[in-house]
Amino acid sequence: MNNVIVYCELDEGKIADVSFELLTKGRSLATELNCKLEALLFGHNLKGFEKEIFPYGVDVLYLADDQRLSPYSTLPHTSVMVNLFKEEKPQIALMGATTIGRDLGPRVSSALKSGLTADCTELEIGEHEDKKINKVYKSLLYQIRPAFGGNIIATIINPDCRPQMATVREGVMKKAIFDAGHKGKIVNLDVNKYVDETAFVVKVIERHIEKSKVDIKNSPVIVSGGFGVGSAENFKLLFNLASMLGGEVGASRAAIDAGYVEHARQIGQTGVTVRPKLYIACGISGQIQHLAGMQESSIIISINNDPNAPINKIANYVIIGKVETVLPKMIRYYKENTK
Amino acid sequence: MKEFQIVVLAKQVPDTRNVGKDAMKADGTVNRSVLPAIFNPEDLHALEQALRIKDKFPDSVITLLTMGPVRASEILREGFYRGADDGILLTDRAFAGSDTLATSYALSCAIRKIKNFDIIVCGRQAIDGDTAQVGPQVAEKLGIPQITYAEEIVSLTKDKIQVKRRLERGIEIVESSLPILITVNNSAPHCRPRNAKRLMKYKHASTLSKRQESEEDYLSTGANSHLTIKEWGVADIECDLKQLGIGGSPTKVKKVDNIVFQSKESRRLEDFDEDIQILMKELITSHIIG
Ligand SMILES: Cc1cc2nc3c(=O)[nH]c(=O)nc-3n(C[C@H](O)[C@H](O)[C@H](O)COP(=O)(O)OP(=O)(O)OC[C@H]3O[C@@H](n4cnc5c(N)ncnc54)[C@H](O)[C@@H]3O)c2cc1C
Ligand SMILES: Cc1cc2nc3c(=O)[nH]c(=O)nc-3n(C[C@H](O)[C@H](O)[C@H](O)COP(=O)(O)OP(=O)(O)OC[C@H]3O[C@@H](n4cnc5c(N)ncnc54)[C@H](O)[C@@H]3O)c2cc1C
Repeated sequence: MNNVIVYCELDEGKIADVSFELLTKGRSLATELNCKLEALLFGHNLKGFEKEIFPYGVDVLYLADDQRLSPYSTLPHTSVMVNLFKEEKPQIALMGATTIGRDLGPRVSSALKSGLTADCTELEIGEHEDKKINKVYKSLLYQIRPAFGGNIIATIINPDCRPQMATVREGVMKKAIFDAGHKGKIVNLDVNKYVDETAFVVKVIERHIEKSKVDIKNSPVIVSGGFGVGSAENFKLLFNLASMLGGEVGASRAAIDAGYVEHARQIGQTGVTVRPKLYIACGISGQIQHLAGMQESSIIISINNDPNAPINKIANYVIIGKVETVLPKMIRYYKENTK
Repeated sequence: MKEFQIVVLAKQVPDTRNVGKDAMKADGTVNRSVLPAIFNPEDLHALEQALRIKDKFPDSVITLLTMGPVRASEILREGFYRGADDGILLTDRAFAGSDTLATSYALSCAIRKIKNFDIIVCGRQAIDGDTAQVGPQVAEKLGIPQITYAEEIVSLTKDKIQVKRRLERGIEIVESSLPILITVNNSAPHCRPRNAKRLMKYKHASTLSKRQESEEDYLSTGANSHLTIKEWGVADIECDLKQLGIGGSPTKVKKVDNIVFQSKESRRLEDFDEDIQILMKELITSHIIG
């Protein structure tokens, strides 16, 4: 009762990274609130996943193991979650802001008449005073999120309804094992008790999911290109430098919209959030939606022919010049100095 | 041949895609009044999906429903130009301050009144609130299934629909019974342009309260010669007042901040060979690379 619950999402038979990130966050929230951290896993053939989940400090793992729960579909997963929440009354429920979490979260919130905050970038515990009714709420979840196309950041609270529900984008929070030896309790749910037969009206007829090829999120070095790179041809320079530095190539949305590279490389508010050791921004102006996804990089180098490009303000090094001129020189002097 | 009752949900939004400096107030909040109010982009994709159903089943009826201030009737007119048959503006002070849950409650009450609907189409996400929550919340309130991230209606018969969904790294085709709610992704086809004949016909379509605002227009054109956009308030829909507006909204905005990025003291370099040589050496010796 009154615990923190994280919905763990299965992505092609593996637990999604965002779920581990949320478990990490959930653990610290539960510790601060002095309650348990619980996890939900719905799908088929779930045996063994507990070994991955418990080390994040999970005290109770609820499993709903049934062939009909895989692949994900809205109504059955909603039904298990809603009925379980009615019994368990969690104070906080978190899920990824993925195609699954954003399909499931609002449905559950609507059924429970409980608030849901979308795409949070930070979650904190804090209090709130409602002057109108002269009431102080202790230990509320501050759900902090960008809105208005990323131009503002709002702190949302949910004073009266439980659970306080939030979705969080992948990569925004850090994942860290709590205790490799941590052991929790497994609770196997009787799926037939939680889901009605009528919940299976939507059938998946066909699925084509590509294995993710690029992994920019975990790359220590990212060479990222914007509209200023000018062409897919010029992007080859970025790929060269990146492979030499053992890194990956990222891009701004304008570069992707122009067709220079594939969508999976987009960094920013509506793409991936990254925090590499080194981020080299080539021909990127640095609009807030882009900065939102890379501002926490340790070292930022900006290559831009405009000395006043906004990204220069957050860069450690600014090279005023053209991408086409600067990158070949970086490649050359890297080679010369590492031989 | 089957005719479908289709409801399209659309929102009028400030155009947040190009927010210039003048749109930010000193306190860091957005000055909505300087941003043009537009038809939420993905809702136009949604309207196109509805129009494609009507292309195949011409007796279908498309009703556009929006909740917002009186001014939001502008997007209903825009919908008429592009082929919607009917438009309803849901407007009332009681709706003010709604979060997504209260919004979806009000919309679902209005949809219930439309009756016998087969398909509800909405955008995936509005570009101001940015939550993508209203669609699924409406579906839950109506007790019907949902298909989110839709890109294409692959097939439709009188009691079955197949829809292609766009997922993070692929696609999925799902089949459902009707009625259904579909949220349309921005990867779906764009909406067809305005139709010239319809433009002439609906140019002066407006709500009654809009017309009363400008008496002149009212007098000069005559009350009956133009289409009146339906305007519904709380009294016109069956609903529980406690679930509406700010009182019916579990989430509250505690505060709003401007986004500030930590400025760094940056080193400025030119594109000269020496500069780049020094930089690369520095990065290597400090083990950032190499
Ligand atoms: C809701 C919303 C979400 C968004 N999400 C994202 C997101 O996730 N990620 C994202 O990146 N964007 C996002 N955007 C878009 C964002 O607002 C910007 O439009 C985009 O980041 C701009 O990309 P850019 O910097 O590559 O292009 P531009 O702004 O066009 O900048 C090009 C830069 O290249 C420089 N340049 C030109 N030629 C050269 C040259 N030869 N050598 C060196 N420099 C050169 C120019 O001086 C300029 O600074 C979003 C927008 C909205 C409204
Ligand atoms: C800064 C800020 C942050 C907010 N954060 C949250 C939050 O985290 N959680 C929350 O519950 N509320 C939040 N709200 C309130 C929310 O923006 C409003 O309730 C809004 O009316 C609906 O949400 P949306 O714009 O996100 O729509 P979305 O859910 O993104 O809209 C999806 C689709 O639903 C349909 N639709 C949405 N609104 C209407 C309408 N009025 N009329 C007809 N169709 C419509 C459209 O087809 C649209 O494409 C926030 C508001 C602000 C100003």
